[in-house]
Amino acid sequence: MFPTPLEKTSRQWQIGYQVLLPIVLIIWLLPLIAVAVFSIKPDADFTNGNYWGMPSSFEMFTNYGKVFFESDMPRYLLNSVFITVPTVIGCIVLSSMTGFALGVYKFRGNLLIFFMFIAGNFVPFQILMVPVRDLTLSMNLYDTKTGLVLFHIAFQTGFCTLFMRNFIRALPFPLIEAARVEGVSEWRIFLFVVLPLMKPALAALSVLIFTFIWNDYFWAIVLTQGPDSQPVTAGITSFNSQYRAAYHLMSAGSIVAALPPVAMFFLMQKHFIAGLTLGAVK
Amino acid sequence: MATATTQRSWYKRNEIAVTPWLFLLPGIVMFALYVIFPIFQSFWISFHQWDGLGEKTWVGLANYERLLGGDRKFETSFWNNLRWLVLYLLAIPMGLFISLFLNQKVFGIRLYKSLFFFPFVISQVVVGLVFSWFYLPGDLGLLNVVIGFFGFEPVNILGRAESATYGIIAAGLWPQTAYCMILYLTGLNSVDPEQVEAARLDGAKGHRMLWHVILPQLKPATFIAFVVTIIGALRSFDFIAVMTNGGPFGSTRVLSFYMFEESLSEFGFRMGYGAAIAVVLFFIMLGFITYFLWSMYQDEKGAR
Repeated sequence: MFPTPLEKTSRQWQIGYQVLLPIVLIIWLLPLIAVAVFSIKPDADFTNGNYWGMPSSFEMFTNYGKVFFESDMPRYLLNSVFITVPTVIGCIVLSSMTGFALGVYKFRGNLLIFFMFIAGNFVPFQILMVPVRDLTLSMNLYDTKTGLVLFHIAFQTGFCTLFMRNFIRALPFPLIEAARVEGVSEWRIFLFVVLPLMKPALAALSVLIFTFIWNDYFWAIVLTQGPDSQPVTAGITSFNSQYRAAYHLMSAGSIVAALPPVAMFFLMQKHFIAGLTLGAVK
Repeated sequence: MATATTQRSWYKRNEIAVTPWLFLLPGIVMFALYVIFPIFQSFWISFHQWDGLGEKTWVGLANYERLLGGDRKFETSFWNNLRWLVLYLLAIPMGLFISLFLNQKVFGIRLYKSLFFFPFVISQVVVGLVFSWFYLPGDLGLLNVVIGFFGFEPVNILGRAESATYGIIAAGLWPQTAYCMILYLTGLNSVDPEQVEAARLDGAKGHRMLWHVILPQLKPATFIAFVVTIIGALRSFDFIAVMTNGGPFGSTRVLSFYMFEESLSEFGFRMGYGAAIAVVLFFIMLGFITYFLWSMYQDEKGAR
């Protein structure tokens, strides 16, 4: 193990490390702590210039209540859910199929198609922006959640295919051959042999894609406009102009907007990190 | 009835050859429609003048001539992109450093690792907002409170053209460092303990051990960290849009932001010019993409 395990080091360093750990963490999270403190302060503290002292009263429920009941925030949150969930499902369906095709079969062009998916994944969004916006307009899907979902599914399929194909490659191939000898048809092999083995990959991809799509901002402002279809990342800017300079409300709003992926991460940590660090170990 | 049986038997005979294409079809159609074709369409549009609604007017290379022939906004954006690229790479050594710090077995270390990592899952929009409040001038910004405590003059990072870009990059480095950290933590987990012990017996320790024994084993993690950091640096858009909207005096523009501004500007859509900027950005990226794909292709060949 590197660095040297703590129990083999001097007593001073062992104590020093235990003291250092929380201090470094607080410095690391300082900007976030500031926002959390703001979000429970009353309006009066800001007019009095009491920014960093003790809050004169704890207004957590008032502030967060305003976010949930007196703004468009719930609508934006709901839009985000209706954009994110169908995208996750669509990506999983498409990429488990493409990953299966590229991982199991040997045919001409296999590697070429695989690398096309990877390459498309690295492309800067901006080169897609004008044509995709145009395509969405021409399908009458501009400023709709469907238009955004379709694009997200298509684009994320690149990354998901890379992920699924590599996962399927690592599965024991004799299993598939045995099923073929038994005369099981190919699509049944996919459904009943390969898919059940892919559960960890499906879980990892779901949480990853959920986070990516929930946090998307660029496509949200390119393909949607108003509170009818904009997700929360875009909605937070209009929320902030509604409460300009009301830092306690803007802070509470930002925390609400950021929370779902954070909750998802803490609940599904193992899958999330397994997905994110795929390929970091050989 | 007869045709149905012949069709079915044809499918049965060719099942292994046909199935992969059936499975690939929906994915390829979507990907081609939304990703592959648009790349070529953008090239085509960049040779036109177009407001996004009416007819396109062919202008040949005029957009590129204007862009590369002394467009001040383009020059600022280009140099800022280089700053992003170089400084964003600091996330890799910083992530390595934190991962070495956290790679211990003490009580509660798993929670510490999660708390160090979770800024990465917060949307860049919120990270941008959080940092723009952190940087606020006067007593409202915590940064100025902290440096004031140590006796330094207050700073207005995002308000001054000289420092604004660096302030935004620092905000971007926060989640990116967390990402690199988690890659290295995973990598460190699989470092071969026998090699480390052997090197220790040979008297290697500290930075020599790190450089000659540990880092070579972390190579896959470093490669991925490098890929995601380069891509992240060139994609930077959210932070700039949220924190400064390109200002002050246009000093924080990067190519991706400038492209968006031109294409959907308030003064009329200049899609052709925007597409030309996107093409330039694409070519900058292409160098890296080719290198990444080449490395991955070598791996694939090795795996066979």
